[in-house]
Amino acid sequence: MDTEKPFVDIRHAQKSYGSLEVLKDISLKVNRGEIVAIIGPSGSGKSTLLRAINDLDPLTGGEVWLEDVQVNKTLPHRQYEKHINHVRQNIGMVFQHFNLFPHLNVRENITLAPRMLKGLTVDEANTLAEEQLDKVGMLERIDYYPSQLSGGQKQRVAIARALAMKPKVMLFDEATSALDPELVEEVNLVMKKLAEEHMTMIIVTHEMGFAESVCDRVLFMDQGVVVEEGPPSVIFRNPENERTKNFLRKHLASNKE
Amino acid sequence: MGLDFSVVPDYLDVIFLGALWTIAITVGAAVLSFFGGIFFAVIALYAPTLVRLPLRAFEWLFMGTPLLLQLFLIYFGLVQIGIDLPAFVAGVVGLGLHFAVYNSELIQTAIVAVDKGQMEAARTVGLSRGQALRKVVIPQAVRDVIPPIGNNMIALLKDSALVSVIGVTELTLSAQLAIGRTYRPFEFYVVAALFYYIINLGMEAVLRRIERRVQAAR
Repeated sequence: MDTEKPFVDIRHAQKSYGSLEVLKDISLKVNRGEIVAIIGPSGSGKSTLLRAINDLDPLTGGEVWLEDVQVNKTLPHRQYEKHINHVRQNIGMVFQHFNLFPHLNVRENITLAPRMLKGLTVDEANTLAEEQLDKVGMLERIDYYPSQLSGGQKQRVAIARALAMKPKVMLFDEATSALDPELVEEVNLVMKKLAEEHMTMIIVTHEMGFAESVCDRVLFMDQGVVVEEGPPSVIFRNPENERTKNFLRKHLASNKE
Repeated sequence: MGLDFSVVPDYLDVIFLGALWTIAITVGAAVLSFFGGIFFAVIALYAPTLVRLPLRAFEWLFMGTPLLLQLFLIYFGLVQIGIDLPAFVAGVVGLGLHFAVYNSELIQTAIVAVDKGQMEAARTVGLSRGQALRKVVIPQAVRDVIPPIGNNMIALLKDSALVSVIGVTELTLSAQLAIGRTYRPFEFYVVAALFYYIINLGMEAVLRRIERRVQAAR
């Protein structure tokens, strides 16, 4: 491997709502194909950081870069909208509550953006939808509506929808937190498959076991700062920081209940 | 002087033609009020103040004054500033805009009620705000308010009788014409009422079909 530039590069990210600082000067570099998990207690700013990467929650300071393009650059409103819509096509995002479009069936959920933004024909878009659904094991549900699917199935479709734009990086915002325990595994399997295909992924999660088995690097965030970061073996087995130890101990205890 | 319905068949063609005009006005105004309602709702929620304020004045005019006066204003008043609309068009425009304002209120509430995650998900795949509204948010909002919009459309059908005062020979005016010739008000008003009832039934059937189709996709 060459010493390439970071693929996703967050430089001195700051975010505040009035006097409340949610992100305090966070920098994070993610290489191509790398899988990074962000863990931490609720309110630590991990979701905010993730949502800053595609500018859903704009930063109040600092820069976000994807390859050699600055995501949050300063532009007049109209130009900025054009720029960000283009950039977002390269950044797939999966939400805790799926956010599938309930008025569209599975096929239309996936083909909507490729048809509108990439000008695919109906046939091309259908082929694309079938490919992506096959990948997440949901091909036979292509004509179903979201309301007819289980949570795990919805999330797999949401992943297929994001993948259909052929993103360069995937962001997962607690993708399994809203699922019944028995449905978590099917979504985790899809994410593992993406990992094997060397998709660059940034994952906000509460699933420590999953983070340990899939991720290259783990960030522990608390109160708007990265407290500790390193390979999962170190963060989960031998954390140095007291706060990290405390968080993991509490988390482990609550999971055993 | 007893009731005598035997004169009715002679004027059935007049009444029937009037009913067709009523249907035409209602359908035209309903379509205008639906799309106008969406348009006004989007302006009210997203347009800059400079565009929003004139719309508010317009809304006040249509919600705060009698529909009859609005029809007079559009048909007789606008001529003075060079807008000479045929009575049918003036009727459709008046009824359509009047109910567009009411539909807009419903649609605005529904747009705001659509889960924020829908807009976010649409934006993250790269859709612009306008595209997201058009393809994701507004279709969901409209689905949510189809039953109350349907109620407005029934009210629109009934209020279409007001268009008779600007000289559109719709159902009510047709009945009046027949009465003028026969001096049989009771008979012809009852026949007109019957026609309104039948049109009403047809409209409810159409609305139910739309609702059913929409319910399937939830």
